Amino acid sequence: MTHVIQGNTGDWELVVGIEVHAQIISKSKLFSGSATNFGADPNTQVSLIDVAFPGMLPVINEHCIEQAIRTGLALKAKINLTSVFARKNYFYADLPQGYQISQYEYPIVGNGNVVIDMHDGSTRVIGIERLHLEQDAGKSLHDQHHSKSFIDLNRSGIALMEIVSKPDIRSSEEAINYVTKLCLILQYIGVCNGNMSEGSIRCDVNVSVRKHNEAYRTRAEIKNINSIRFMSQAIDYEARRQIDAYERGLQIRQETRLFDPKNGETRSMRSKENANDYRYFPDPDLLPLTLTQKYVDAIKEKLPELPDERKKRFIDNYKLSSYDACLLVAEQSVADFFESVAKGRDPKMVCNWMMGDFASAMKRMTRTIDNPPVSADNLGELIDLIYKNTISGHIAKEVFLTMIETGKTPTEIVIEKELKQVTDSDVIEVSVDSILESNTNKVIEYFNGKDKLFGFFVGQVMKATNGKINPVILNEILKKRLESLKVLFNEDNDLL
Amino acid sequence: MDESIFMSLDKDIVRNIANLARIEVLEDEIDSIVKELSNILQFVEQLSEVNTDDIIPMTVVADMKLPLRADVVTDGNCRDKVLINAPESFDGFFLVPKVVE
Amino acid sequence: MSNLTKLTLSAARDGLKTKDFSAVELTKAYLDVMEQRRVLNAFVTETSDIALKQASLSDIKLTKGNAGAMEGLPIGIKDLFCTEGVRTTACSRILETFIPPYESTVSGKLKRAGAVMLGKTSLDEFAMGSSNTTSTFGPVINPWRRKSNFASPLVPGGSSGGSAVAVAAHLALAAIGTDTGGSIRQPAAFCGVVGIKPTYGRCSRWGIVAFASSLDQAGPIARNVRDVAIVLNSMVGYDPKDSTSAKISVPDFEMALTRDIKGLKIGIPQEYRLDYLSNEISKLWDDGIAMMKDAGAIPVQISLPYTKYALPAYYIVASAECSSNLLRYDGVRYGLRIDGKTLDEMYKKTRANGFGKEVRRRILIGTYVLSAGYYDAYYVKAQKVRRLIYDDFNKAFQNVDVILTPTAPSSAFGLNEIDDNPIAMWMNDIFTIPTSMAGLPSLSLPAGLSVDGLPLGLQLIGRPFDEETVLKVADVMERSIDFKEIPSLLRD
Repeated sequence: MTHVIQGNTGDWELVVGIEVHAQIISKSKLFSGSATNFGADPNTQVSLIDVAFPGMLPVINEHCIEQAIRTGLALKAKINLTSVFARKNYFYADLPQGYQISQYEYPIVGNGNVVIDMHDGSTRVIGIERLHLEQDAGKSLHDQHHSKSFIDLNRSGIALMEIVSKPDIRSSEEAINYVTKLCLILQYIGVCNGNMSEGSIRCDVNVSVRKHNEAYRTRAEIKNINSIRFMSQAIDYEARRQIDAYERGLQIRQETRLFDPKNGETRSMRSKENANDYRYFPDPDLLPLTLTQKYVDAIKEKLPELPDERKKRFIDNYKLSSYDACLLVAEQSVADFFESVAKGRDPKMVCNWMMGDFASAMKRMTRTIDNPPVSADNLGELIDLIYKNTISGHIAKEVFLTMIETGKTPTEIVIEKELKQVTDSDVIEVSVDSILESNTNKVIEYFNGKDKLFGFFVGQVMKATNGKINPVILNEILKKRLESLKVLFNEDNDLL
Repeated sequence: MDESIFMSLDKDIVRNIANLARIEVLEDEIDSIVKELSNILQFVEQLSEVNTDDIIPMTVVADMKLPLRADVVTDGNCRDKVLINAPESFDGFFLVPKVVE
Repeated sequence: MSNLTKLTLSAARDGLKTKDFSAVELTKAYLDVMEQRRVLNAFVTETSDIALKQASLSDIKLTKGNAGAMEGLPIGIKDLFCTEGVRTTACSRILETFIPPYESTVSGKLKRAGAVMLGKTSLDEFAMGSSNTTSTFGPVINPWRRKSNFASPLVPGGSSGGSAVAVAAHLALAAIGTDTGGSIRQPAAFCGVVGIKPTYGRCSRWGIVAFASSLDQAGPIARNVRDVAIVLNSMVGYDPKDSTSAKISVPDFEMALTRDIKGLKIGIPQEYRLDYLSNEISKLWDDGIAMMKDAGAIPVQISLPYTKYALPAYYIVASAECSSNLLRYDGVRYGLRIDGKTLDEMYKKTRANGFGKEVRRRILIGTYVLSAGYYDAYYVKAQKVRRLIYDDFNKAFQNVDVILTPTAPSSAFGLNEIDDNPIAMWMNDIFTIPTSMAGLPSLSLPAGLSVDGLPLGLQLIGRPFDEETVLKVADVMERSIDFKEIPSLLRD
């Protein structure tokens, strides 16, 4: 499972640590009472605190603290009962206070971990170094004017969690799986919407390379990556750049770089060139945040089921394969949909339907699970019809398509189209007899050892009855019929 | 405390801190600033006499718990107030000299 | 000149109640004196229109019988308190045109209590100073003069120099100030008036231009102890908008003036007997101790061993906090902007030109002590020493009820005597800074005149949130001292 990168001087190992900035879903900001909606008119969701007028003071939002604790618990991390807010001092046009209120020496959450699921079905554990709360900055628009940047502070002060991984990630695939899994966990607990394009999740990636068993080498930090694909590209590009540099005898500088999606390259960030000295110190406008274990425990009690737990339950309770369980839990609403359909039904059958016809219909119609092609109730009803032998699996596929087209329930469709499966043995025997009678030659061939013809008879019966005959009963009857005919055949070759 | 820390203020450090503080300092001012700041640092150096082993730094004297606010929108939506003092604004935005990243 | 301005605040309050005069008459009397004594430069912004409007509203309320505790009483407000619609400058060029669209909690409370705002009083730029000479609007002049040199103008002390002068020169019944390391108490002592810095957390800091957040605290300056108690009543209280505001019940401070201090233990810290303390200050202190004894209190020698480190520790902490608090003055959203080709150039020019020399100096020092490699040696060290200072007081207050010290090591000095060495200037705050570092309530009251005819102050320090004892003892001392001197300028 070791991922190596070939260089001219031998194999290199990639070392990646990721800082994920996740916007906490909250009605109001971390330290002020202004709203947090995305896409509002510039500077409308800004209070006098957010614009950092003189004398304005921060008061912390309890909900954001709770969400950070919930996230910490979901990452199996240590919750620090005392944490301290510190000021990170630097100038930027969209940082009104001249400092970001963050946490430095004493974050609210300490060591934890995330289990990532690899392509080959294996899992890896990525360590979490810490999680801390901080304020988001505003936005600068640089393309509105030839000589001016436009500043919008709507985002300024929204609560962020910075989740810092240990440098445990060894390939861009692991990086993708790590961020994907982390987003999934955040979605499961409803802390963050995980929307990278709206910037509610942003990643800074620390990349270095080393020879096997070496100490870590100098890392470069690639800032503000806003898609998982770009992150993967940035890591691979950066690894290659560093390997090339080392192999040409050059050194790597510790610096901040920017990924340019246009050419897939990373480049040094000019504005960060002056090595920053953030002069962290405890924010004297805020007191240390102290929590009680009781408070934390109460939050823990109310934590919903997490992806890994849910996956385990799907395997244990529904007897699904690890692969199926993984696919289902990879999206919370898919897993929810599955469970609502699977309730009181055969889980494997539900899973197969969801992965099969349902999934392909969803893809074809570019729908999401939140706007499914058929409702969970209707899909369940359809599966019931199969289960109760009212229709065959084959017919069900047809019914399913009609359900999508018409929006009708499967029962309505079965009645309307008279698709109800025939299970009455007398009726089926008549059909079987009629087919065997009109195919005597084939019957003889069958008796003479051409077993494959059994399927032919089934097909013929199905064709004659529009597939409405229950295939299991049909098989039984057909077998029985052929057997009794065979006895006669053996007794008298000239039977027919 | 390491003595070298206290005696090390020089022109480069002054240039650096002036840059961190974004305060323009002219070259001909630097010498006198070095002198002034060195003087002050020398004064505060007497703290090194105090044994502070095992003493927890005191950030706030207020002996209370951090108060928490409910997550309710109570503020904002006051763009006129926000922009009223702005040296330069346009179309609801603050304007600054263009930032090149 | 009208006699109305000679009344104390409590007397004026009574006069308004009994309709001896109206709030408008009282306000006009003050506006007249303010105009006559503009030479003192106590006010940065006079708000006569607002004052008269407020006064006439007060008259209606006084008539209707729904008057507030400060109804119709004209006061000055330090120009560090943001006042809605009224320019608030912190006496800095960088905020010269800033008009806050909001009102500070403390000034808002006073206004709701009916106080009439006469104007915004001057201060050292961003409250950084002990002489009120660093204001961008020029120095404030102390109404007192030396007997030996009547011509030479003196500083009022600082940073709340404008507020102290407004009270001393009868330009206002009272004025509010802020105190970070002595900024209420030292100018009160220099100007012969009473000033109290309440316990840290007693008054909300919301809407006060921040200097050093862990030290800043608002308080009143007035002509006597009862008057400061009255004004303080309308300033204090928990404010959910300030996370460091104390959720603690508020007593009626005026009720604390019971005149009974029998059996109270008065701590006398031996470390405050500095070698270089002048004889007259020493004597003043001894007289104060004797008076307390006469009143039935018991003087107790105490030790505050870390006192001498309070000053260096304070300058590290205050400079560090100010360097960060003042980052927001960047020319982007409000205040002065000096254009530059790049954003950084704009920042640098704006801040170099917007801030005065002392402010720049403190920002640079603060930036330095927080910077990588120095943080532990300076900032963390200072915060540790701060705890030792705090513990000193804690221990002392196990044995005593209140502590008595001089307020400042000297009387007011001349405008032209200011030492270029900032440390010499900082020495003014040597007795007030330890209490600020420990967040304790302390009050300065005039206790006598120097041989050269200048007022000298004594400082009373109390337990956290025990302003009542401080005020009670001060009230008793005030009666014993019977300080009747008035500033040279006010003598006819």
